[in-house]
Amino acid sequence: MRKVCCLAVMMALLGILGGVAGAAPAKTVVIGFTASQTGKLNVEAIRQINGLNLWIEQVNAAGGVKLPDGTVLKFQAKFYDDESKKERVQELYTKLINQDKADFLISPYSSGLADAAAVIAQQYNKILISAGAASDSTYKKGYTLIFQVYTPASRYLTGALDLLAKMDPAAKKLAIIHEKDKFSTDVVEALKKYAEAKGYQVVLHEGYEPGTTDFAPFINKIPPGTDAIMGGGHFADTSTFAKQLHEKGVKAKMVALLVAPPEPRFAELGEAAVGVIGPSQWEPLATTYNQETARKLNLPFVGPSVPEFTQAYQAKYKEVPSYHSAGGYVAGLLLGEAIKRAGSTDTAKVKEALDQMDLLTFYGRIKFDTGKEHGLQIGHEMIYTQWQKDAQGKLTNQLVWPEAFKTADVQPYRVK
Amino acid sequence: MFGQLLSSLADGLLLGFVYGLAAMGLSLIWGVMTVINLAHGPVIALGMFTAYLLFTQAGVNPYLALFAVAALGLGLGLVIYGVAVHRVIDAPHLSTLLATFAVNMIIIGVGTAVFTTSPHNIDYSLGSLALGPITVPFTRVVAAFAALAATALLYLFLYFTRPGKAIRAVANNRMAAELMGISSTTMLALSFGLGTLLACVAGGLIATFFPFTILSGGPYELKSFVICVLGGLGNPLGALLGGLLLGGLEGLVPAFMPVSWVPVVEFGLFVLVLLLRPQGLLGAR
Repeated sequence: MRKVCCLAVMMALLGILGGVAGAAPAKTVVIGFTASQTGKLNVEAIRQINGLNLWIEQVNAAGGVKLPDGTVLKFQAKFYDDESKKERVQELYTKLINQDKADFLISPYSSGLADAAAVIAQQYNKILISAGAASDSTYKKGYTLIFQVYTPASRYLTGALDLLAKMDPAAKKLAIIHEKDKFSTDVVEALKKYAEAKGYQVVLHEGYEPGTTDFAPFINKIPPGTDAIMGGGHFADTSTFAKQLHEKGVKAKMVALLVAPPEPRFAELGEAAVGVIGPSQWEPLATTYNQETARKLNLPFVGPSVPEFTQAYQAKYKEVPSYHSAGGYVAGLLLGEAIKRAGSTDTAKVKEALDQMDLLTFYGRIKFDTGKEHGLQIGHEMIYTQWQKDAQGKLTNQLVWPEAFKTADVQPYRVK
Repeated sequence: MFGQLLSSLADGLLLGFVYGLAAMGLSLIWGVMTVINLAHGPVIALGMFTAYLLFTQAGVNPYLALFAVAALGLGLGLVIYGVAVHRVIDAPHLSTLLATFAVNMIIIGVGTAVFTTSPHNIDYSLGSLALGPITVPFTRVVAAFAALAATALLYLFLYFTRPGKAIRAVANNRMAAELMGISSTTMLALSFGLGTLLACVAGGLIATFFPFTILSGGPYELKSFVICVLGGLGNPLGALLGGLLLGGLEGLVPAFMPVSWVPVVEFGLFVLVLLLRPQGLLGAR
């Protein structure tokens, strides 16, 4: 009898038994997504899928997720290149659901693309964890199956203004130059409202087309005496913008730009990177997201610690992870945790588990809005980084805000 | 306000020289053989990528790389002419339009496969030049001078060398030139090559200060059309002037209205010139 049992277990492990006996002790969960491997969003998008792939590899190596009925779930990624194009996204997500039979979906990188994917996910009753998409507007459309990992766009740059107030209470003039896409527009609309409520004067508010390479016309419009310049968009355009701000010798107390500054590759700009502040979803230096903090907040801590994630990522990809990488990893982590809590891969049950989720990970706190803006991230906080030169003149990205994470004091961008 | 205006104008004018250079290529081809080269944009992009590859793979200074870029541009033009243009040169305009459009699609297709559409960047800086309220990157100043030098060379070539004179003769009257013993096929191929050479060099210069993809030539191709119409189709010197005018406009317009209005003004002007002075500001050649 014992021998038979052993044999049965072995066969089950080999996956042979599945079809024969009707019970399915091992099951593969297909996670479908598209990734902008080419096109203007490729830097951020590739880091995001790297993060997600790392999670899949780790969870499978650890034996997968076990359900109460004994089923062992293994995860498999199925993805296509969306070329950073919206029209490709909808076509490919439909294909992922219908042909590739994806059980769960992860969003592509960027708010515009994720928004396009969200419609399809909701229509086909699939849960979509939105990684790398911060726009608030997706969650005002009445979707019930879309869950956001990032702090929403409306809270991206407001913290930078708080930092400016602390750095120089006399600073009052703010220039906003931003990419005219969904995400950046959401960010600066909220920033402008917040700034005006705080008594700041918005001296310039201009949007540039995605794909802009010449920022001179915008930079020339920044009035003399402007205290802070904020805005930007995504990696490619924001890096060029930062480079040209430097080349044009612009003076300001603060330059805070979206998306690009927290990316390690931003350091390739050299001198032009110095002093640039960026809002980040996550930083390897923010080690305060740990078991101890979780105990204090009375929350469960799930997944690896900050150093564990950073080391594993570096070992696999030979580069420092950015918040885009962390976002991709956490999307998988949350999905796995929700399935575990639901004890099933049923959409309704996993949705329920996600709705009730309130936990701490290496990436920060996670809690979703379950009210009017269903799925909006309300637990997670932004961190602000600044590129500074250390004593040897080497560029390092320091955490300057909020106080709890600070690794260095904030420095003015260029005042002389 | 005055400082701001001056600074904008300087930026626009410096860029205008490079616009002019790119447009000159288009203008020359039209002037000699009345062909509208729709592969102009991708050829500009190929100039960018040649400079990029030489810089990143072989460590060649981007300005030295321009000579190689020019050689490639010439060769590319000869090939395009031989393969796509020569057989349809006497056919109606639609044929040459379609032929060059096909070349355009081929270059973009192959370019996308090889380089993807991710942005590339020549990480090269010469610092900035500060003069009172004006601060401009040196790369733009050098590009403007290089564009001027290329224009001067083209002028010298067309007016003071035998092949240059032959090109002008063919442009003037192909039949008469043939009767004088000039091989019009050679001259047409050469002028097409010169046109693409100018486009490639303009691309190489742009690559020193803006990031680019294989699709980046598109906007410059459009600007080239506007410039050619402004300066008079087929008039290379008019192209340079048109370039400066367009660059100046691009600098000045944003000082008074949102930057997104620039294309509206540009193409508004395009239509106005076509309506009021179809021969261009300097007149067609």
